[in-house]
Amino acid sequence: MSKLGLIIKREYLAKVRNKSFVIMTFLSPILMVGMIVLIAYLTKVNDSESRTIAILNQSDYFSNAFTPTESISYVSFKDITLEEAKDSTQSLDYYALLHIPKEDSLEETAESTFLYAKDNPNSSVLNRLEGIFEQRLRQARLQDLGISKKQFATVDTKFQMHAGTFKGEENLKGINELKAIIGGGFGYLIMMFIIIYGGFVMRSVIEEKTSRIIEVIISSVKPFQLMLGKIIGTSLAGITQFTIWIISASMLLFVALLLLNIDLATLTQGQPLGPGAMAGMGDFADAKNQKMLLYAAEFFKIPWVLIVVSFLIYFVLGYLIYSSIYAAIGAAVDNETDTQQFIFPIILPLMLAIYVGFFSVFSNPHGPIAVGFSLFPLTSPIVMLMRIPGGLGEGGVPIWQFVTSIILLILTFLAIVWLAAKIYRVGILMYGKKPTYKELFKWLKYK
Amino acid sequence: MNSILVAENISKKFGEHTALSNVSINIPKNSIYGLLGPNGAGKTTLIRIINQITYPDKGHVLFDGEPLAPEHIATIGYLPEERGLYKSMKVGEQALYLAQLKGLSKADAKKRLEYWFERLEIGNWWNKKIQELSKGMAQKIQFIVTVLHQPKLLIFDEPFSGFDPINANRIKDEILELKKQGTSIIFSTHRMESVEELCEYIALIHKSEKILDGKLKDIKKAHKNNVFQIGVAPNNTAVDLGSVLQEQFVVKQALYNREDENWELSIQLPSADTSHLLASLTTYGNVNHFEETIPSANDIFIQTINAKSNE
Repeated sequence: MSKLGLIIKREYLAKVRNKSFVIMTFLSPILMVGMIVLIAYLTKVNDSESRTIAILNQSDYFSNAFTPTESISYVSFKDITLEEAKDSTQSLDYYALLHIPKEDSLEETAESTFLYAKDNPNSSVLNRLEGIFEQRLRQARLQDLGISKKQFATVDTKFQMHAGTFKGEENLKGINELKAIIGGGFGYLIMMFIIIYGGFVMRSVIEEKTSRIIEVIISSVKPFQLMLGKIIGTSLAGITQFTIWIISASMLLFVALLLLNIDLATLTQGQPLGPGAMAGMGDFADAKNQKMLLYAAEFFKIPWVLIVVSFLIYFVLGYLIYSSIYAAIGAAVDNETDTQQFIFPIILPLMLAIYVGFFSVFSNPHGPIAVGFSLFPLTSPIVMLMRIPGGLGEGGVPIWQFVTSIILLILTFLAIVWLAAKIYRVGILMYGKKPTYKELFKWLKYK
Repeated sequence: MNSILVAENISKKFGEHTALSNVSINIPKNSIYGLLGPNGAGKTTLIRIINQITYPDKGHVLFDGEPLAPEHIATIGYLPEERGLYKSMKVGEQALYLAQLKGLSKADAKKRLEYWFERLEIGNWWNKKIQELSKGMAQKIQFIVTVLHQPKLLIFDEPFSGFDPINANRIKDEILELKKQGTSIIFSTHRMESVEELCEYIALIHKSEKILDGKLKDIKKAHKNNVFQIGVAPNNTAVDLGSVLQEQFVVKQALYNREDENWELSIQLPSADTSHLLASLTTYGNVNHFEETIPSANDIFIQTINAKSNE
């Protein structure tokens, strides 16, 4: 086996056999799934709370308007005064009292209706009740105008602008955001990986310095080989960990959801829409399904192969750049507490990439900021990945930008690794010095 | 002369600091060569250059007649002064790893490790972690790893630090045995008694310059300053021989002690000619001790450094 191979193997095994690494690897998915299940469970519990609303209907209208739902049920009071109804509502611990007084017309009745509750009524309850009133009022007005329900249905139209690219692909609302989120997810993954495993590389270098094994080793191998082997070995350990996390987390999640009988659909859909909106949209159910199909089609049209390929390119180059900086920092210091001043400048571009990138790519994937950040080598691995799901070439990232950013990244990679290796080579043999940036600059000039 | 290593006019600077200035050394094959000097003189830098850990600004190094090149790393064994092992790695695994880095195959490394573990009586440590071992135990592992690949040139920087006297002796014997098998050895230390015991050649480096080198025997001869230890059984105890001799020579207290009845003195002569002194001594009594004092390596070290510093 080559020396580099030996070093990679040792670094990998040293990392993988480490107790805290093993514990983290197997505990994290359990913790993560536990969190998700807990959130899902709490949401379910929260939703299933049923509210009872008392109705004191003294009017001639709204007699059959209130149909109970899963979350709201109705109780009618009859032949009592408002004051009595209020008392009863409170003593029976109902959620609210809806008072519909007797007035001359439907409009006036609706206007004078009042909802009494202990404190501000829940907005979904309010929405639901308002929906019922709106519907009734609309029907009444239509009748006054002499329009039948059927006639109304034919005129009541929802309109959506069809928009598309010049090539004739149809645009869908929110699809850009969806793409940015997918790309952002990959970008975020890169950032996390760099911060976690870059830190591991750094600590491993510091350990070699403090245990004084470093001089024994570099009398056998070149410092550059050792640095490279360390970076590769540690990242392989990281990839192992991520793979275990993804596989075990998805398996655990599946099992947990199955056991707890939580419907995945309710989780992804979020809050159900208010009844008012539903009432109007009921007729559009077919259209909505069609829309979903379009979204699904668009989802599959996202250039997944391109995303995965560019993820690998940007991941490898970005990680190598950052982890060689981490290795150089580890070599420059004697202990971890001295690393702070050097760590911040590394984290900064990563953070900028995530936050600035996210906002600018969200609003305009081809705006000047988004383009600038996706070309700048220290942020491009993250920001370019946010833009890539929009495709390459026409309508997506211009090919020249993609190529330029990769070329810049490769050049930066070569420059940074060269500089880092120089600092590393000098630093690993320096003890008891608290390095400054000025000092590091001097090291670059040593032969 | 047949040399394992020749370094010619080596200079090395770190920024403003000069670590080595025009240093040349010549290490004969199958010898033990002492590389001496105060802390910070530049010894470690020179050793690192030989190990190709750093490179000289000027000058060149020949290894066994060829210009020093990366493939020579496999034929050099280096035990640095600042040495350690991976704390959480097992002894055997770690030794195998370091041996393989030196270019041994796994099977070969294992066979030789078993031999050495047996030889130094540490066979049962194979599966222990370094953090469970004492410092001296860890040093034994270091020593084995250094010599395992049977290098032509061994470089020991303070090899005995961390060893108790018994084990230090054990390691010294192993070093002598390695020399007997034909290995050339560079030995860097501050412990002059081990220089005295082991080294045939020495070089003294001070403030980045080589100020002295050669065969230890020759250097000693050159540093003799005509000091003699004498012993006389007096004819007449009333005479104080010391004060009589003081008129002609520099007299000091003797460096040895044999018996109370004797006049025992240390005398420095102006030249190597002893006839005059001997003649006068015999007139005061029976000369029972007469020995030229050969300076110790320690004396030479201190003398040369002080002379240089006073320049």
